[in-house]
Amino acid sequence: MSSDAALLEEIGQDYKYGFHDNDEKYVYKSSKGLTREIVETISKQKNEPQWMLERRLEALEIFNSKPMPEWGSDLSEIDFSDIHYFMKANEGVEKSWDDVPEYIKKTFDRLGIPEAERKFLAGVSAQYDSEVVYHSIREDLEKLGVIFLDMDSGLKEYPEIVQKYFGTIIPSIDNKFAALNTAVWSGGSFIVVPAGVKVEIPLQAYFRINAQNMGQFERTLIIAQPGSSVHYIEGCTAPIYASDSLHSAVVELIAEEGSTIRYTTIQNWSNNVFNLVTKRAYAYKNATVEWIDGNLGSKITMKYPAVHLMEEGARGEVLSIAYAGKGQHQDAGAKMVHLAPNTASTVLSKSISRDGGRTSYRGLVKVAPDAHNVRVNVRCDALLLDDKSRSDTYPYMEIDNKDVQVGHEATVSKIGDEQLFYLMSRGLSENDAIAMIVNGFFEPFIKELPMEYAVELNRLIQLEMEGSIG
Amino acid sequence: MSETPLLVIKNLHASVDGKPILRGLDLTVNRGEIHALMGPNGSGKSTLSNVICGHPNYEVTEGEIHFMGQNITEMEPDERAKLGIFLAFQYPTSIPGVTLANFLLASVKAIRGADNVKLLPFRKELVAQMQELGINQDFAKRYVNEGFSGGEKKRCEILQMAMLKPALAILDETDSGLDIDALRIVSEGVNRLTTPEMGVLVITHYQRLLNHIKPHKVHVLVHGRIVQSGGPEIALQLEENGYDELLKAHGLEPAGV
Ligand SMILES: Nc1ncnc2c1ncn2[C@@H]1O[C@H](COP(=O)(O)OP(=O)(O)OP(=O)(O)O)[C@@H](O)[C@H]1O
Ligand SMILES: [Mg+2]
Repeated sequence: MSSDAALLEEIGQDYKYGFHDNDEKYVYKSSKGLTREIVETISKQKNEPQWMLERRLEALEIFNSKPMPEWGSDLSEIDFSDIHYFMKANEGVEKSWDDVPEYIKKTFDRLGIPEAERKFLAGVSAQYDSEVVYHSIREDLEKLGVIFLDMDSGLKEYPEIVQKYFGTIIPSIDNKFAALNTAVWSGGSFIVVPAGVKVEIPLQAYFRINAQNMGQFERTLIIAQPGSSVHYIEGCTAPIYASDSLHSAVVELIAEEGSTIRYTTIQNWSNNVFNLVTKRAYAYKNATVEWIDGNLGSKITMKYPAVHLMEEGARGEVLSIAYAGKGQHQDAGAKMVHLAPNTASTVLSKSISRDGGRTSYRGLVKVAPDAHNVRVNVRCDALLLDDKSRSDTYPYMEIDNKDVQVGHEATVSKIGDEQLFYLMSRGLSENDAIAMIVNGFFEPFIKELPMEYAVELNRLIQLEMEGSIG
Repeated sequence: MSETPLLVIKNLHASVDGKPILRGLDLTVNRGEIHALMGPNGSGKSTLSNVICGHPNYEVTEGEIHFMGQNITEMEPDERAKLGIFLAFQYPTSIPGVTLANFLLASVKAIRGADNVKLLPFRKELVAQMQELGINQDFAKRYVNEGFSGGEKKRCEILQMAMLKPALAILDETDSGLDIDALRIVSEGVNRLTTPEMGVLVITHYQRLLNHIKPHKVHVLVHGRIVQSGGPEIALQLEENGYDELLKAHGLEPAGV
């Protein structure tokens, strides 16, 4: 492809050959580190409008000027100069399956994931076989007037919508990693659901893959117009093999009057990944936004899905689980910002730590002075599977209105000897018994998932308990 | 016919947190026999059942447990379960978020081998057994023991016994918490499930259970030792006289606070 050749020229001498496969094909990568030139190249490569380039460059400056966050997890290990910010596979060229770490292949085997899906999950393939499924779903959606594209195509085909909403929910100035994402974003989903349309099937990133490789800095924007509803599912329960060690996504949701957005994420990053994601939704009059968020894997995750309840009757919900094994820190939580009267929010966070892993719940509930009759319910349960592991809760409340009902409950428990013995006395091995207790603990989350995801998550937990992953 | 006894316990000493509870206990249960174990509160009956099943918090400091001729003293609880040992718990624990049906499926698979369990026949069998024991089918979807009443828990223990079909069933005070009708239903269930190849060890405080489940032998456990063994008449005598004399005979304080 000539544009790839051009890209190669522009990036200069510094490119290096990427992964080799047996056929001596290769992909191109930008040189390491983040410079103005790289940002310009990304934008040019994508043939973006000038305004997007400007947004990227502005974001780059913000990124450079903002200090690393000092709260939360220890991020000092991230070396921004040691990361490739842009990679593009040559058409028909794939990174070799041989490059995928053995333990990930083994996991795929044990999960029984089909070849095509594995290759995608491992970041090897930008293509996959289920074109037929993909197309029939696409046709149904088109009939309804639903726009469901990868973000790059969204920008090409609907530049005026993207320009109107991009970065309005999460501006670059919001935080260092939102700025980073804005500067170098690539991929992600762009969804617009027209007024009154209820999308019955969950939209899955899985069906969108053929267009773009997902990248480490994906950018997602979902707009649900009045009275519409949509359920979006991203990620998968198999480990995502990331060649780079930083994943920093931005997800913006806009739920207009009377609409419902449910956003389900189940991610299982390989355990060298820093997973720093900003997710925020605006819920307008009588709209509902639900974040269903499952965090497994990664080295460090910092993720606090937020709902701003902008107008009366809006509802926000965060239902999340986190699992931290050896060397992992899951710092996850939720933010509910009540800006209008008669709004309600619910947070249920469940976390498990094992083998010295650490989970933290970090939550913010904010109620504006004129937001009366607000209901808030926060509950976090932590389960420790051994004495080496750790869990903390950092609930912040900024409540400036008296007419507010706030429920907050936090529990930390250790896996019970009696429960283990009970299950083992019925023939379950220790690992199966632990997995069953863990599955039960996560049940309020799992039962919200579509069947196939629930099944996969169950199996994944089983594997985690056998210690066969990470 | 093999003459190997089902369960042989020899000079068993066991302690918890370094505190001795069982102090030289001997017991043999043959196939086809129902044994009743009685004894004052705190004498070690539940400890014995936990130790037979391999509870990790109890340490066997001396003696051996043999099951079907095999020394199981050091075995993991799940291995023992697979050999056919089953305990109906005195205080069944709850497993939040795990439905009774899923739990039973997992344990039946573990015991019979996953390949030998097909979903449809399993479901049929479960429904039938629930009916026999007067357990509402809604319980299949409820979380294991979560919010169950005392009697409901006990019935579900017997349901598990029915599904797992053990060679040795230990029933630890299964009668406590049962109302009069439930006591009959559960006892009938146990009798129905008891085959001539099986052994049963019934732990109870009361004769009324033994009216339904007729023991061949009755043992009295005092202070970690079996101090008296005999026929069903022993239970009747205890019902009459209590444990005071036995306790005194073994130099222990009689009951009563
Ligand atoms: N896990 C444990 N930790 C500490 N002490 C224990 C433990 N298990 C048993 N014990 C002690 O061992 C003794 C025997 O207890 P056990 O439960 O076996 O009695 P029991 O004969 O079943 O009594 P009951 O008739 O009241 O059920 C008691 O003094 C009890 O407190
Ligand atoms: Mg007892």
